[in-house]
Amino acid sequence: MANLKEMMQDHILDRPNSYIGKSVPRPNAKRLLAGRGTFTDDINLPRQSHVAFLRSPYAHAEIVKIDVTSAEASPGVIKIMTGQEMAKICTPWVGVLSHLEGIKSAPQHALAIGKACWQGEPVVAVVAKTRSQAEDAIDLIQVEWNELDVVVDMERALDSDIPVIHDELGDNLTWQRNVDCGDVDAAFKNADHVIEETYISNRHTGVCLETRVIVADYNPGEEQLTVYLSTQCPHMMQNLFAKHLGLEEHKVRIICKDVGGSFGVKVHSYPDEYATAALAYCLKRPVKFTADRLESFTSDIHARDHRINTKIAVSNEGEIQAFEIDDLTGIGPYSVYPRTSGIEVNQVVNLTGGQYKNRNYRAQARVVLQNKSPMCQYRAVGHPVLTLITEGMVDDAARRIGMDPLEIRRKNLIPDDSYPCTAPTGLPFEKLSHHACLEKLAKMLDYDALQKDKREARENGIYRGIGVATFIEVTNPGATFYGIGGAAISAQDGATLRLDAKGNLIVEISVTEQGQGAEAVVAQCAATAMGISLDKVRVITGDTDVTPYGGGTWASRAAAIGGEATVQAGKALKKNIIEVAGIMLQADPATLDIYNNNVVDKSNNTERISLEEVGRICYYRPDTLPKDYQSELVVTRHYVPKQFPFAFTNGVQGCYVEVDTNTGFVKFKKYVVVEDCGTVINPQLVDEQIRGGVIQGLGGALYEECLYNSEGQFLNGTMADYLVPMAVEMPDIEVGHVETPTLESELGAKGAGEAGTGGAPAVIMNAINDALSPLGGKVTRQPFTPERILMAIGKIT
Amino acid sequence: MDNIEQIKINTVVNGEKVEAFVEPRLSLVDFLRNELELTGSHVGCEHGVCGACSIQVDGSVVRGCLMLASQADGADVISIEGASDAGIVADLQKAFHERNALQCGFCTPGMLLTSSELLDQKKNPTRAEIREYLSGNYCRCTGYEAIIDAVETVAIDRAGSSHNGKS
Repeated sequence: MANLKEMMQDHILDRPNSYIGKSVPRPNAKRLLAGRGTFTDDINLPRQSHVAFLRSPYAHAEIVKIDVTSAEASPGVIKIMTGQEMAKICTPWVGVLSHLEGIKSAPQHALAIGKACWQGEPVVAVVAKTRSQAEDAIDLIQVEWNELDVVVDMERALDSDIPVIHDELGDNLTWQRNVDCGDVDAAFKNADHVIEETYISNRHTGVCLETRVIVADYNPGEEQLTVYLSTQCPHMMQNLFAKHLGLEEHKVRIICKDVGGSFGVKVHSYPDEYATAALAYCLKRPVKFTADRLESFTSDIHARDHRINTKIAVSNEGEIQAFEIDDLTGIGPYSVYPRTSGIEVNQVVNLTGGQYKNRNYRAQARVVLQNKSPMCQYRAVGHPVLTLITEGMVDDAARRIGMDPLEIRRKNLIPDDSYPCTAPTGLPFEKLSHHACLEKLAKMLDYDALQKDKREARENGIYRGIGVATFIEVTNPGATFYGIGGAAISAQDGATLRLDAKGNLIVEISVTEQGQGAEAVVAQCAATAMGISLDKVRVITGDTDVTPYGGGTWASRAAAIGGEATVQAGKALKKNIIEVAGIMLQADPATLDIYNNNVVDKSNNTERISLEEVGRICYYRPDTLPKDYQSELVVTRHYVPKQFPFAFTNGVQGCYVEVDTNTGFVKFKKYVVVEDCGTVINPQLVDEQIRGGVIQGLGGALYEECLYNSEGQFLNGTMADYLVPMAVEMPDIEVGHVETPTLESELGAKGAGEAGTGGAPAVIMNAINDALSPLGGKVTRQPFTPERILMAIGKIT
Repeated sequence: MDNIEQIKINTVVNGEKVEAFVEPRLSLVDFLRNELELTGSHVGCEHGVCGACSIQVDGSVVRGCLMLASQADGADVISIEGASDAGIVADLQKAFHERNALQCGFCTPGMLLTSSELLDQKKNPTRAEIREYLSGNYCRCTGYEAIIDAVETVAIDRAGSSHNGKS
């Protein structure tokens, strides 16, 4: 028993004075509030030049001739570079991974060679003393284009009369995947009810308020490329710049300061960023590129352009007997490098219906090329789409058999006591809490009262609807997402903890901060593991010369993976400190602990020696320690989940809306989320991730859409035309938690950055459709605009 | 674009006299960021939509991307740095920090200046009024609720009222 007690005392969740579970404010927020942050565009280096890009005005066009004569004479111009010259400095890439069997894409260059494949593809780079001068010179470049037929509509991308974008690929089908689990045919044959529906998820994009920015500098004396970059993954970018510019990896340094929103947009590599780094290498001086908003709209990754035909089988008693989906998605002209544009649809295939007991599941997915901006992973990758169709189908079934939406979910969700188990596709679930979350949601929504209110409102001609959507969200991937397929993306992350001579703790960690609060939760983990107060902790992220090697921040992994690495490093450093303190105090280390910045007697927390004094002696007076003893006040630990290929979080969202059947406007009356991200390290930060995530999901569901005309011209490339959620129209959101820690890590956190986004489109669709159901209307095409709502109820045609 | 004639302006920025020669096309926010190295004001949309470039000019919050630097001749300009150093937004900053009413922080300077203007004009705004007033300032991270909470908290504190509920 003593051992167990001792073990528990040493467990991170059971430390005295723990910061785990506390809503402490983020230390790094103060500089941002004072206007003293350092976003990458705030950085200006000596002899800095600026690059601007001539981008293709056409969706698909041959580049016949480029004449830069007048442009070269324009004031301030330093260098003009076209694709052929760029290709001598920067090698092309192909966005495929071996574990997505059969995926194909064409070589892509930093600057287009021969032809341009989407409107906005960079074609010519102009470096000048100022950005304005570079843009002035671009106006003087003469390009002779030969317009080519375009592939715009993904539904027609595989038709025989449609051009093949890359001849060497043979067709526009870049990848397809089929799964068939259980006995789907028999299930549909024997089902009491089969409901078919087509859902459309609209193409939209991240719209980070800070656009993509890079400042690259090359010092030929050191053969060192230094790149300041607004990114989520410094080490991945270090690898890529080195690889494609032919540099040694250790001679490339990526520095990531404050990041003004990323949401997955900044986890990819971009042609204009390679070009900027190549130009700095070529010119041996700093080159800055800051995307303007139009460039951002036409060159940042887009996402979620899917048409999905769905089919669900359900019994009279409400048992779901089969799901079948056929997903067609258009990803632009190239699979994005290095993560590929296959992962989003892969999630849809893997996880559709994954929260339900049903074992009969068939999916077909086809990924086609088209002449639009490239599409790739964006916050909650695939989950907004797969949750939309899963929960759309379940509501379709409930409506058909006249069953309450909560009741059909109670009947079909995987029971909370049946874990571990797998999804039909074989993905393992360690432990989820669908039913606990659902019951908590029903309570928080006051579901029965809402149903009553809804019925009463309808009697008065007011159409209100309740939406419910359960979800699973895959987080914390190990090597299975990318590394296994050949991508140089670290699955593990590391933390280095250093006690300084004043008893402060410096944490250098490979996960990065984009505002979600990674630095704060890492500080909480470090402080708790060490027994140190939070004000003594400083966290450093975003510098490949400083932090351990690691993957960065994506897939809701910063807190869970970075946090666990920190916990383990903290425990190891504590052990070292106690060891040396034992020598100083001539005490048995087993009797010592660290509490409140002091080494203390474990039995009663009485101070024995302060950490400051330990630091002073170790650094300044090691001569007072035994000659055969060396203290170590720096420790590094890494962490990657190994037992499971990734973690799953789960939860349920519910909302209550009123639809104005004259205007088609949707007004929120209530919004509740119950989610289970395992151990909650900082409740306030988790809640704000959920809220922000929900609003971003609602943006895609209600407003946001990248619109193209039939020539592949982007129609709404300003923030005046592309609508994002505003304060006035968004709801307050109540957030509840169920905590099911993963047992794989000591910390037990599973990640919270994406769950809000994943579930939001489904819940708002279900709420709108509940409101419209008495009128026989239904929306299935995002965004659910007033126009589409009015069309659904026949008010307009 | 040879020999663009520069325009001389005299302005006061954060209490400091500034004399400068600017290109006619230079926006006020680019002037602050690139010429004066006051990088707290941010460029988000360049169309006057998102509010990240909000700057106070002669007492009113304006879009730094829609106003030319040359138009600031004779004006009194306060950016987030000045407002912060002068303590004008100290209670808002504190409330934003405590409520985590910022994530990436890119929109935050504009949010603070616009919130400050609202609270100068209206002592007890409702949540709906706060949402309405801040609708010209986009935030992609927070979903707005925390920002509304923080502004409401400051309004209540400034008014010395004990009312604390969400309306």
